[in-house]
Amino acid sequence: MKKNSLVGAFKDLLGAENVMESETDRMNYAYDAAVLAPVMPGLVVRPRNTEDIGAILKLCNENNIPVTVRGAGTNLSGGTIPSMGGLVMLTNGLQRIIEINEADMYAIVEPGVITAQLASAVAAKGLFYPPDPGSQTVSTIAGNVAENAGGLRGLKYGVSKDYVMGMEFYDATGTHVRTGSKTVKCVTGFNLAGLMTASEGCFGVYSQITLKLVPPPKASRSMMAVYDSVDQAAETVAAIIAAKIIPCTLEFMDNFTIRTVEDFAKVGLPTEAKALLLIEVDGHPAQVEDEAAEVETICKANGASRIQVAQNAEERNKVWEARRTALSALAKLRPTTVLEDATVPRSRIPDMVRGLDAIAARHKLTIGTFGHAGDGNLHPTILCDKRDREEWHRVEKGVEEIFELALGMGGTLSGEHGIGLAKAGFMEKEIGRGSIEFSRKIKRAVDPKNILNPGKIIGG
Amino acid sequence: MGDLKRLHRLLMDIDDMLAGCMRCGMCQSVCPVFARTLNEGDVARGKIALLEGLSHQMISDAEGVKCKLDKCLLCGSCSASCPSGVKATDIFLKARAALTEYTGLSPVKKAIFRGTLTHPELFNRLVDMGSKFQGIMTKKANAYHGTSCAPMLSSILGNRQIVPLASKPFRKSHPSMDTPAGKSGLKVAFYPGCLVDKMYTGIGEAVLKVMKHHGVGVFLPANQACCGMPALASGDTKSFEKLVDLNLNCFSGKGFDVLVTPCATCTATLKKVWPMMAENLDMKRRREIDALSAKVMDINQFLVDKVGVRPKDGAEGRAVTFHDPCHLGKSLGVFSQPRTLIQASGRYHIKEMQDANTCCGSGGSFNLQHYETSTQIGQKKRDNIVATQAEIVATGCPACMMQLTDMLASKGDKVRVKHSIELYAETL
Ligand SMILES: Cc1cc2nc3c(=O)[nH]c(=O)nc-3n(C[C@H](O)[C@H](O)[C@H](O)COP(=O)(O)OP(=O)(O)OC[C@H]3O[C@@H](n4cnc5c(N)ncnc54)[C@H](O)[C@@H]3O)c2cc1C
Ligand code: SF4
Ligand code: SF4
Repeated sequence: MKKNSLVGAFKDLLGAENVMESETDRMNYAYDAAVLAPVMPGLVVRPRNTEDIGAILKLCNENNIPVTVRGAGTNLSGGTIPSMGGLVMLTNGLQRIIEINEADMYAIVEPGVITAQLASAVAAKGLFYPPDPGSQTVSTIAGNVAENAGGLRGLKYGVSKDYVMGMEFYDATGTHVRTGSKTVKCVTGFNLAGLMTASEGCFGVYSQITLKLVPPPKASRSMMAVYDSVDQAAETVAAIIAAKIIPCTLEFMDNFTIRTVEDFAKVGLPTEAKALLLIEVDGHPAQVEDEAAEVETICKANGASRIQVAQNAEERNKVWEARRTALSALAKLRPTTVLEDATVPRSRIPDMVRGLDAIAARHKLTIGTFGHAGDGNLHPTILCDKRDREEWHRVEKGVEEIFELALGMGGTLSGEHGIGLAKAGFMEKEIGRGSIEFSRKIKRAVDPKNILNPGKIIGG
Repeated sequence: MGDLKRLHRLLMDIDDMLAGCMRCGMCQSVCPVFARTLNEGDVARGKIALLEGLSHQMISDAEGVKCKLDKCLLCGSCSASCPSGVKATDIFLKARAALTEYTGLSPVKKAIFRGTLTHPELFNRLVDMGSKFQGIMTKKANAYHGTSCAPMLSSILGNRQIVPLASKPFRKSHPSMDTPAGKSGLKVAFYPGCLVDKMYTGIGEAVLKVMKHHGVGVFLPANQACCGMPALASGDTKSFEKLVDLNLNCFSGKGFDVLVTPCATCTATLKKVWPMMAENLDMKRRREIDALSAKVMDINQFLVDKVGVRPKDGAEGRAVTFHDPCHLGKSLGVFSQPRTLIQASGRYHIKEMQDANTCCGSGGSFNLQHYETSTQIGQKKRDNIVATQAEIVATGCPACMMQLTDMLASKGDKVRVKHSIELYAETL
């Protein structure tokens, strides 16, 4: 995009201060949180309001300029790595919470609203927005919806897609589209909001999102269970679900992660334990009381060597401190942190953990595994140094084998981090040729010039 | 313009530090500058990506990178919360040095750092003259805060409410001092720092009063120089090293238990930045620096941890709110001690403000280069202070005091800005 007249056109449209063309500015939008090589865009623009989004897209479409829309740039799959010389559109400045409706329990927000800020604004009105990705203090709602981000509460409360009631967006030509509604029920037309969710900026750019809110739980109880074997921990998970209890959070940590967290944070974890489960049940106080007791019994029956139930807010904090520091403790070990999220049916967790150990041994890799046991969504985290070519080669091999391992167990490439560029090449293995072709047909129909985040998810 | 190859080499020296950044972007949640601009180039991740881009030759605009690097408060909020343990401010200081070597120091900065700051006697004489003439250049703007505006200098200073230079610098009243340990059995070396010497002399007097009260001996050598932070922040390692040398000559190997300063920035610089930047110095100097740095302590911390000052139970009295200077809290982990000190007499109690631990937006020369952003950040702090309805805002760094005074005075707020040691000294 070297044509100066085009840069001039964007400046006329948005004002010079919202158009960035210097080398440093472009370098600043060449990457995201994925461990992938940066790609320099040709121009970076900032819409001043939601209408600008349409005008920017129209101009891009007329001039065949690829557009990558970016929120906080925290996705882990290269979803915001632009096309070489393409345009990056920043929606992180559109931060208005338009409405929080207590009577009908929904919120309408602009795309750049920060997840945690929405959650606290909603909490201030006595309601609850549950999706809580680990990046919630910085991630944008649009980024969450476009990646269908999950979080610790996914097991009971679902993920981002479960909260999208409707949205407004601009399509590739800059045409404004509205779908969904503020009502619980709505069957007016195709479920376009469903199609737009998890679309990683490939089908259009959200300008407004309507989100479902729920009443907050009245009580909660947290506990930590310690195990001498991964199998026992996994059996516990299965037994809890079989007892028809859905904890809001059911997290797992392997021995390597336990040791690393303890080394770093000194929160008193048993470093000899082979696995930890961190469990929280919530809901009505009486129900929480019953379920917590039952979960404790199940943990014991399945071989937990120790169970620690948090008696107050401080102890509860301590239980979760361990989980919260997992990623940062691991990340400090080596320069490069590859955070994977292959997901398996929860009954296969022991096989998955064994498989991961084997991969680590085979390729001489350091892998710490933690994650959402209740969802079968583990985060094997490979600690390495990407500057060491030989080691990096082994990491790439290991990652490939992790994907195959998960797929072989009827699992999926990505539970919540998205496909982007990082996993686009593995898609066919999981969903098959037909699905890819169908997706490409939709993409061609809604974006004939392929300007919307080309190359993501379905390649091409 | 300097040698591009050498720049690459200097940047490759910090490659290990850069490589630790996993681009997670979590620093966006704490960076005060990013909160204002939402630009990636203003947050640690963006700056580190630019440095890697430059050192790996993906980009070549060193001037542009330097410009982005300079738009930073060096507040350390990013380093303090980075999940990957990236020492962002250390990176920025080293990179500023490398880039400045390449682009050259601006003539104004050269005159200030190489011509003046590194010659303490000349610096003192100039400031002395300045204090006599400042009435001509400035007009009284706010009688309550004792600040003034500088219409003649407004092209540089804008409408800042400036705290005046002292009519007699602290070091002129106390050129040197060496008293033995008293009942405490302790002796400190006292490093007031430039701002206490030249503007906030009352803080220096308060320190002496408190030390006397507790029977702590004081060693105050003549010819102390600036801690070097302003020079280093501008990438001038040459002046920085000269200043370190001057100060080592004053303090190294002298008999004292602890070196105290009432300036959070000086404390953090002496304690952490000196050893970090000492890598290129000879063994002897490095050892001297390590030995001295180990003894450096913030004044609040010294009084509470070493002398044993305790808060009075159920402290009542007037409400004081405390602002945690970045270089005290986030950098040195000193949070509780100044609060203890303030509540030691029972005449004051602490009324916490929201976000006491976020930056006030001063950031040394950041305030001069980016006054608008600095003011926006500062006004948020001001709002939080005023919301407590406390009569006094205390803090532990004269640089923060200047910024807080500017922010409060410009809104005509009746809140006094004080150093915690002043409040404590008053009650003895
Ligand atoms: C430390 C860390 C922890 C994380 N923890 C979790 C976790 O627990 N669970 C989880 O699911 N993920 C997690 N993530 C991944 C990431 O934070 C999420 O994917 C998040 O939703 C991305 O939000 P963002 O605002 O950064 O989006 P970006 O990274 O900026 O963008 C993500 C995608 O959304 C698209 N997009 C952005 N704005 C729009 C718009 N207005 N319209 C259309 N498309 C748009 C982009 O084109 C891109 O494809 C984590 C990441 C990090 C670094
Ligand atoms: S500096 Fe730290 S917090 Fe910021 S992106 Fe890098 S690793 Fe993440
Ligand atoms: S030091 Fe402060 S201003 Fe500079 S990048 Fe870090 S958080 Fe932002």
